Amino acid sequence: MASAYSKDLLLTMYRKMYLMRRFEERTQQQYGLGKIAGFCHLYIGQEAVAVGINEAIRPDDYMLSGYRDHAQPLARGSHPGMIMAELFGRTGGYSKGKGGSMHVFDIEHHFYGGYGIVGGQIPLAAGMAFASRYRNEDRITVCYFGDAAANQGAFHETFNMAAKWKLPVLYVCENNRYGMGTAIARVSAEPEIHKRGAAYNMRHEAVDGMDALKMYEAVKDAAAYIRAGKGPVLMEANTYRFRGHSVVDPATYRSKDEVEEERKNDPIPRLMHYALNKKLAKEADFEAIEAEVKAQVDEAVKFADESPEPALDELWRDTIVEEGEPDVRPRERVLGAKVDKWPSYPSGKELKVTWDLEPRAQADKADKAAGLKG
Amino acid sequence: MAELMYREALNQALAEEMERDAQVFLIGEEVGRYQGAFKVSQGLLDKFGSARIIDAPISELGFTGLGVGAAMVGLRPVVEMMTWNFAILAMDQIVNNAAKLRHMSGGQLRCPIVFRGPGGAGGRLSSQHSQALESTYAHFPGLKVIAPATPADAKGMLKAAIRDDNPVVMFEGERLYALKGEVPEGEHIVPLGKADVKREGKDVTIITWSRMYYFCMEAAEQLAKEGISAEVLDLRTLARMASSSRGRSVRRSRISTEMPSASSCLAASSQK
Repeated sequence: MASAYSKDLLLTMYRKMYLMRRFEERTQQQYGLGKIAGFCHLYIGQEAVAVGINEAIRPDDYMLSGYRDHAQPLARGSHPGMIMAELFGRTGGYSKGKGGSMHVFDIEHHFYGGYGIVGGQIPLAAGMAFASRYRNEDRITVCYFGDAAANQGAFHETFNMAAKWKLPVLYVCENNRYGMGTAIARVSAEPEIHKRGAAYNMRHEAVDGMDALKMYEAVKDAAAYIRAGKGPVLMEANTYRFRGHSVVDPATYRSKDEVEEERKNDPIPRLMHYALNKKLAKEADFEAIEAEVKAQVDEAVKFADESPEPALDELWRDTIVEEGEPDVRPRERVLGAKVDKWPSYPSGKELKVTWDLEPRAQADKADKAAGLKG
Repeated sequence: MAELMYREALNQALAEEMERDAQVFLIGEEVGRYQGAFKVSQGLLDKFGSARIIDAPISELGFTGLGVGAAMVGLRPVVEMMTWNFAILAMDQIVNNAAKLRHMSGGQLRCPIVFRGPGGAGGRLSSQHSQALESTYAHFPGLKVIAPATPADAKGMLKAAIRDDNPVVMFEGERLYALKGEVPEGEHIVPLGKADVKREGKDVTIITWSRMYYFCMEAAEQLAKEGISAEVLDLRTLARMASSSRGRSVRRSRISTEMPSASSCLAASSQK
């Protein structure tokens, strides 16, 4: 059977997944060399989720994540050297080295950060989606979180509002089965996270998160549903991290056999085999990509190595916006590049809010049903 | 100049700013159809509609975070806390997200949002509903913390807070809402970060904010009868003071006494 996918799409996805993998492997190596410190969580094994999502949405859709956040901006097109410099704590990083591994922000590419408090980004995503709805834009917000975040209050409080107000947001639970060292099933009355969407009358589904094309299909469909104004979607991407929770975690809480078994599902060779079987690409195509990506990651490490350490007085800068102070555009600041895709919005004078979030008749009806008004 | 209640002054500020800027919206518990738990948002739902005056479920963490997210992409939310006691549930979003976005994004993002509601001692409300929590927030870099005492300051500072590009935490006096005072009409802005010498004196400076200001003025009267000239300095802003007006006033009188309305442990008075 012919493939529904173009060679271009398959190779783009492969290139991005391979970049994530090599980037993270080099991150671990650089951590070992002492160039990166602090908490550092690798994405190795979960690449299909990020690439499937990114290729299925628009570049101007908003995205935000938890602290396992190096790979999603790579999928969006962020500069690998500037992400590596951020991990190194150097001025050439996206946040001048002040965000580090857990807080990658690339607003030019609509990546609104990684967040270090489990589930803390879930309400933010609803607010960003709220803003799109408020302005009558057809943009959606994609919010990543891990399986453990599903047990936070923020998850439940936000889903109730997002569903009730039909906010245009896709919540992707990357279920890699462990919240740090605790298996999700040990602490969850309902370990199939997506089922919790039912409690909020929210569309919900589980997807094989080790298969980039299945992710791509599922997100295409969900994004169209959300963009059409039908409400939020909770998608559970069942995935697996091949490494520990963070670079210093030997992951002794799971068996070698389990990890070996999961490695058979490695999403990167899986996509390659698909393309080869469908005769959409040749081995030489992949070899060329791999060589290019390796050079790109070498360049990223070199870029980070050569980026200066921040001055001490940077510590207190960027805590308060002074009057008239513009926002910092990282590629402009670091590379001198012209940044013209920075998000911009109508002013408060131009904006016309036409949304009736809770029509009066609907509120009256609910009040009447509750016996409040005749 | 019109004489308005503190709550009416706040209502006027909200209405004027929402009229001026469609990016401003109000979200909180009972702000819409109920017209506000303390009637600060009276009449605003009819005027601005249900997308701009939003009745939130009782999910302080959730709707506070929703406000922060909206501010990250350029809206200017006002999040009403029914009282600051309930906002303890929302503290993660205020402290870990709103306050730190500018810093951890290296200046890429700003978070123009106001968190406001009543604080301070309540009447016969016992332990959970009668706390002065402002100094807690004053501790965190990235937040501006304000606590106006008079209706005029309440209006002028709320307008300034809504126009500010930073997260502003505003403590209103729960027992000040019905208090009346003269309030300038229209464009009345009180800049954040500036204290106000509400009574001049040369022997001692009493530093205060919010409702305790009124007690301090009484104390100053009492002292005057005893031949002591007391200055009363209303801080108004507790974090991110633009000027060193507190220091100047204290240097002039060399003695200061501060009057927080609750525990002095870790109060703004103990901060440098």
